[in-house]
Amino acid sequence: MIAWISQFALALLSTCRDILPIAAIIIGFQLLVIRKPLAHPKKMLTGFVYVLLGIAFFLKGLEMALFPLGKLMAAQLTTPEFLGINPGEQNVSWQAYYWVYVFAASIGFATTLAEPSLLAVAWKAEQISGGAIRAWGLRIAVSIGVAFGIALGAYRIVTGTELYYYIVAGYIVVLIQTLFAPKLIIGLAYDSGGVTTSTVTVPLVTALGLGLASTVPGRNPLLDGFGLIAFASLFPIIAVLGYAQIAQWLSKGGLSSKP
Amino acid sequence: MFNNPFIKQLFNSFLDLAPILAVVLVFQVLIIRQPIPDVGSLIAGTLFVILGLTLFVQGLEQSLFPIGEAMAHAFARKGSLFWLLTFAFCLGFGTTVAEPALIAIAQEASSIAAKAGVIGQSDEAKNSYALGLRITVALSVGFAILVGVLRIIRGWPLYYLIIGGYCGVIIMTPFAPPEIIGIAYDSGGVTTSTITVPLVTALGVGLATAIKGRNPMVDGFGLIAFASLTPMVFVMAYGMLR
Repeated sequence: MIAWISQFALALLSTCRDILPIAAIIIGFQLLVIRKPLAHPKKMLTGFVYVLLGIAFFLKGLEMALFPLGKLMAAQLTTPEFLGINPGEQNVSWQAYYWVYVFAASIGFATTLAEPSLLAVAWKAEQISGGAIRAWGLRIAVSIGVAFGIALGAYRIVTGTELYYYIVAGYIVVLIQTLFAPKLIIGLAYDSGGVTTSTVTVPLVTALGLGLASTVPGRNPLLDGFGLIAFASLFPIIAVLGYAQIAQWLSKGGLSSKP
Repeated sequence: MFNNPFIKQLFNSFLDLAPILAVVLVFQVLIIRQPIPDVGSLIAGTLFVILGLTLFVQGLEQSLFPIGEAMAHAFARKGSLFWLLTFAFCLGFGTTVAEPALIAIAQEASSIAAKAGVIGQSDEAKNSYALGLRITVALSVGFAILVGVLRIIRGWPLYYLIIGGYCGVIIMTPFAPPEIIGIAYDSGGVTTSTITVPLVTALGVGLATAIKGRNPMVDGFGLIAFASLTPMVFVMAYGMLR
């Protein structure tokens, strides 16, 4: 019990250290530049403590429950025994890894849905758009994007194709979509690429990438293990732009006068 | 009075996590077919995550969003472009330089660079490479938030900046050393942490609300997108110059 409490205290301490620079910047500017007291300082302070405690609990819980299991599963799914292939074999076809793609997609989808940063942005978007953009709809669109991105990224590691081609092709799709998508959604769509990959997704996805790159014959974990996060931040943009385009296209029939 | 919304939020947090649990259980039980190790800590950890998410959302509503918006309004009223841009840069730089995910990636990158023979094998050389990488990424995020805030004030269309940035990435990739490319692409994604995102979003939306002629939906978002784009360009430049 005591070891447990001290572990939690450590997690809390490291969270405090991480947000120290942010707190210093906010307080410094508030005192020196804006020179006006904050409204409801007490409420703000308790809120800040909630955020701190929340992140500490969240990270500690992930460390205790999901990360070890997720890493173990990524390792188990990529062992030659599970895949049913001969460890010495050099030319394993990419289809042999089908459970890896399914796992990559489902874990990408599920972790993105639980990502606190995405929650914050989706919530803000619903508030500002007056409910025209639904927080749940946005989160599901982003999650589908991440799921597809990570599955494709896993396929890339298995086949060993160049990261560069995928990313450039993805950007070109984004550029084309930008020209046709409703103007309102563009900023939000671009932002949702960046927010998907933080606390929950990064450690699990990195474990999967490194596990794959170290078991697939001919891959170098140092060179091929990276890049999954780039996929996970590119495809949500495409998914959200697509979501807006489909929504616009569906509503065009009856509401074509809407700007 | 306190109990009701809190319990409701607890339940919402559980709903948010349910898909992860479902995926893990289904794969473990049906496909991998290995017993789940250490069920006790799995359950305790899940309860922790649910509690943590609930507290985080509560605090978000009470403090991070209002702080970001209050500061945006205060700066807009004050009307000093210099201080607003300084604040934007400090916020981007300060939140990124201490980001744990970035520290981890920078260390990994330095060992790759040492293996590839770009830098020496000594720990000193590796540490200075990793520190250089972190400073580079933090500078790029500070620069991104600064330019992004300037964009909201001036009302430039977002996609000019984004398309320009993407073109920069595409043009630089063939010339950058191959071992840095994966890291450069990934470092764009890891820079935006759980505290930075709500603050920066509230800042952008608050500015777009406070300034006349800006639409918070069109102009308020986009800061985070730019902050995940510039690190790619800066890190590739760092790899080329080393």
